[in-house]
Amino acid sequence: MELLFALTIGVLTSSGVYLLLRARTFPVVVGLTLLSYAVNLFLFSTGRLATGGQPIIGSTASYSDPLPQALVLTAIVIGFAMTAFVVVLSLRNLADNDDDHVDGHQGEDNETQLTREKEVTGK
Amino acid sequence: MSLPLVVLLPFLGAIAAPLFAQGGRTAIAIASSVPALIALAALFPHWQTLADGGVVLHSFEWLPALGISLSFRLDGLSLLFALLILIIGLLIILYARYYLKAKENVGKFYALLLCFKGSMLGIVLSSNLLLMMIFWELTSLTSFLLISFWTHKQDARRGARMALAVTGGGGLALLAGILLIGNIVGSFELDDVLAAGDLIKAHSLYPVALTLVLLGAFTKSAQFPFHFWLPHAMQAPTPVSAYLHSATMVKAGVFLMARLYPALAGTEQWFYMVSFTGMATLLLGAYTAMFKHDLKGLLAHSTVSHLGLITLLFGMGTKLAAVAAVFHVINHATFKASLFMAAGIIDHETGTRDMRRINGLWRYMPHTATLAMVAASSMAGVPLLNGFLSKEMFFAESLELNLPGLLAWLPPVIATLAGIFAVAYSARFIHDVFFNGKPVDLPIYPPHEPPRYMKIPVEILAFACIMVGIFPAVSVGPLLYAAASATLGGDVPEYHLTIAHGFNLPLLMSFVAFFGGLLMYSQRQRFFDFHARFKEIDEKAVFEAVVSRVVAKAQALTAWIENGSLQRYALWLVISVVAVSFVPLANLGIFVGENGLSPVDWPTGLAAAVLGICALATAAFHRDRFYALILLSVVGLVVALAFARFSAPDLAMTQLSVEVVTIVLLMLALYYMPSWTPIETTTPRRVRDVVIALIAGGGMTLVTLAMLTQPFTSISDFFLANSKPGGGGTNVVNVILVDFRGFDTLGEITVLAIAALGIYAMLKNTALTPPPGDGQGHAWSRDGHPLMLKLIARPMLPLALMVSVYIFLRGHNLPGGGFIAGLITSVALILQYIASGMIWTQDRVRFKYHNVIGLGLLFAVIAGAGSLAFNYPFLTSTFGYITWPVVGKFEVASAMIFDLGVYLTVIGATLLALVSIGRLSPHSAIKSKKEGA
Repeated sequence: MELLFALTIGVLTSSGVYLLLRARTFPVVVGLTLLSYAVNLFLFSTGRLATGGQPIIGSTASYSDPLPQALVLTAIVIGFAMTAFVVVLSLRNLADNDDDHVDGHQGEDNETQLTREKEVTGK
Repeated sequence: MSLPLVVLLPFLGAIAAPLFAQGGRTAIAIASSVPALIALAALFPHWQTLADGGVVLHSFEWLPALGISLSFRLDGLSLLFALLILIIGLLIILYARYYLKAKENVGKFYALLLCFKGSMLGIVLSSNLLLMMIFWELTSLTSFLLISFWTHKQDARRGARMALAVTGGGGLALLAGILLIGNIVGSFELDDVLAAGDLIKAHSLYPVALTLVLLGAFTKSAQFPFHFWLPHAMQAPTPVSAYLHSATMVKAGVFLMARLYPALAGTEQWFYMVSFTGMATLLLGAYTAMFKHDLKGLLAHSTVSHLGLITLLFGMGTKLAAVAAVFHVINHATFKASLFMAAGIIDHETGTRDMRRINGLWRYMPHTATLAMVAASSMAGVPLLNGFLSKEMFFAESLELNLPGLLAWLPPVIATLAGIFAVAYSARFIHDVFFNGKPVDLPIYPPHEPPRYMKIPVEILAFACIMVGIFPAVSVGPLLYAAASATLGGDVPEYHLTIAHGFNLPLLMSFVAFFGGLLMYSQRQRFFDFHARFKEIDEKAVFEAVVSRVVAKAQALTAWIENGSLQRYALWLVISVVAVSFVPLANLGIFVGENGLSPVDWPTGLAAAVLGICALATAAFHRDRFYALILLSVVGLVVALAFARFSAPDLAMTQLSVEVVTIVLLMLALYYMPSWTPIETTTPRRVRDVVIALIAGGGMTLVTLAMLTQPFTSISDFFLANSKPGGGGTNVVNVILVDFRGFDTLGEITVLAIAALGIYAMLKNTALTPPPGDGQGHAWSRDGHPLMLKLIARPMLPLALMVSVYIFLRGHNLPGGGFIAGLITSVALILQYIASGMIWTQDRVRFKYHNVIGLGLLFAVIAGAGSLAFNYPFLTSTFGYITWPVVGKFEVASAMIFDLGVYLTVIGATLLALVSIGRLSPHSAIKSKKEGA
């Protein structure tokens, strides 16, 4: 069971990281969501995997660790807030730049790069 | 108590003094004098203790864990410096009253001057080396601000920057040195460090520590090759030059050498580093001073030279040399400060400092001329003046150095040579300025004597030169003895402070220097011609060029690393995480821990397979965004199942409802975005990304596996045991959230609220036109709000609200609670938006989501603050049981109010985010406006 759980987290991480490295905002957001699943599962599993041990007093004989659960519960909600924020950021990027590339502009040619450098150095 | 007070007073004065600026220069000068007067009075009672070789210590704890304490220490050496700082400071305050013009910002000047005074007193009185370091840096900063006091002058700004760069850089080295010493000794307290001299010198890191400390001292005291900043610091107003850059601050480096003398001196390395640096500085400064036409330039280089002399004396390592060094600190401060003030008066009265134009001033200002001549003679080492005494001791000590072979000649020859130059430039100061024909083309003509009181500081210092010169034993004897005793750790050699020791070799050297110097001055034109053959290096231009080159390189490096590509940042981030975690994880060496693996049941295996396949498919088919989204939702649902499977019902419910909201959110975003991701990266790059992703995923698998199979102990037994008796609920997860760790939850819902408001703000004035179709040639469905969905959605709302109330109320005892209930309510409301449209729903929702968020946070805080009213800590909860009709006995916990806050915040934040995105379309904006009108 532990190996299966670990493999699942690994698969989620790999898929998430691959998508995180893409050039467009939407795959990146999807990648972040997958990564947050992986992280939530990982944090949750620090309390180890228990079957039928829900931490409700009086419901079973032995309880699973409630602390990681409380931690992950808020992490899920905050993760949602973060996803929403990133999504909105990418929408704003789309609105301002008319483009959904993560760099805010598509594979820039030499000319635009030059003007950007000029802006940076102020010459 | 008095020592911290002495340090603190000038800082308080710096705050108070500018308030008197309105009252004119006299008022602020008097106000600025008060701290020094009180400080002198506070130091006076300690004199007897110090004269007997005692030490006064006042210590307070500050950061004991870091070894930093607010401890102050007064012994002979620090008293000597404190007196110099306080007394010359008072004279400077008086002098600056007349030097500054009424329209200048005198408030700023006096405030900075007092800040400097406090910092400098801090250096000399600190007992803790790290505390001293803080004051050390403060003097660099105040010096920077004072040099650039005339901010409109470019030279002043550049000089200030150079001074700060050099002394600040040295300060860094010194800090490193001090940390090393503290590490070797195990304490930063001066008493411990001074007592541990043998330990430090025997330590293998001693050469490093010594070099670093000396770097700090040499930069501060303008020693070769760091001397160049001091002449450029002369762009400061003259009172600053006299005070900081000749009498006190530049002596901080020398003070440090004296202070740490017992701990660091007495080794070969100390001898060679300090004495040769001193020798080079002594000679170079004296030589350059001769050729400066600027009055202050001459004095600045002369100061460099004299600082080299003091350094050389400390470097010699003999006890008598250390006594001579301390003595010369006093003498140099008196004659050089008065010379600077005289130079300032001349500048003030003639409008120039160029010695080629200032001549024959004797006729116009005989009084000032007399004073300046006394001080300059002292600088030259003329008998019956104080400069002569310490120079004589210096000559004597230069003969005592036991260098091998011909090198033995080096110190006395250099000493005599520097003496010749000193006499020559002093003669120039006297002859060229006050005699030598008539003034040439002065901006202010005719010059006359300055205001009466402007001369008083000069008079006092010139008088001191004479008094010390004629009656050394009476005037400074006891103070010098106390200071020397403190420097040498109580072991003072026999020495005699008399004006004549009979005819001996040092006296002969003095004669050679005196007549040689006069001869050199009379033949000065030849030397000037000789000197003019060399191209003079403008240190400021070199320094500026170096600085601008470093800045350009730094900018290029920054531009290379931060090229603006988020994609590349993400890549570097992942690679660094992998790289950084590789070594500790490789050293872990565990694959499967002691607990071993447990068997897999087939439903779980199936679910895991679904999850894995869907996750991989999401990545593989991400170009078609809609499919990717559906696959993602499957992943999320299986994750919820996983929580349920492994005994976390609360998490399963949360994940389930969040999943719904997330997918709706992403669908909504996708409405505005292209539905297809183009291929942009080349195949090798994609292969590279796959490899990185596989490494990251593999690493996570190994870490998780290693962790899951390890036995562990948890702090949760406390929560399990106290949930019911302490928190009044049986759902431990919920009790942790709203009670045990309520403060964390408060922080988390605040973050949630901020994120939602951020989303609102980011989209407030943004409009996005969605593409006309789905990007594959299909137009959107015309039926935006299908009838079936509408009809099903509307009756769902009250039902869903009822469920959420139920989930909320039972949350304390069974899976549920504010988070989950809030999400369920949100989903129910979102369903109305989807089914009936933005406008229809918004018309029926009669409140703003901002207010819901605010109300939620308010409830949470009130629930927390309520306990304060009963003298319990913030967020202490209580609970009781009440009997409701029909329902029966019911438990009410104050934590439920807190949970209500959570509930409201979650609803407000979720809906505010989604509605903000929904409003983006200009379509809906126009419509809602129309309906509003």
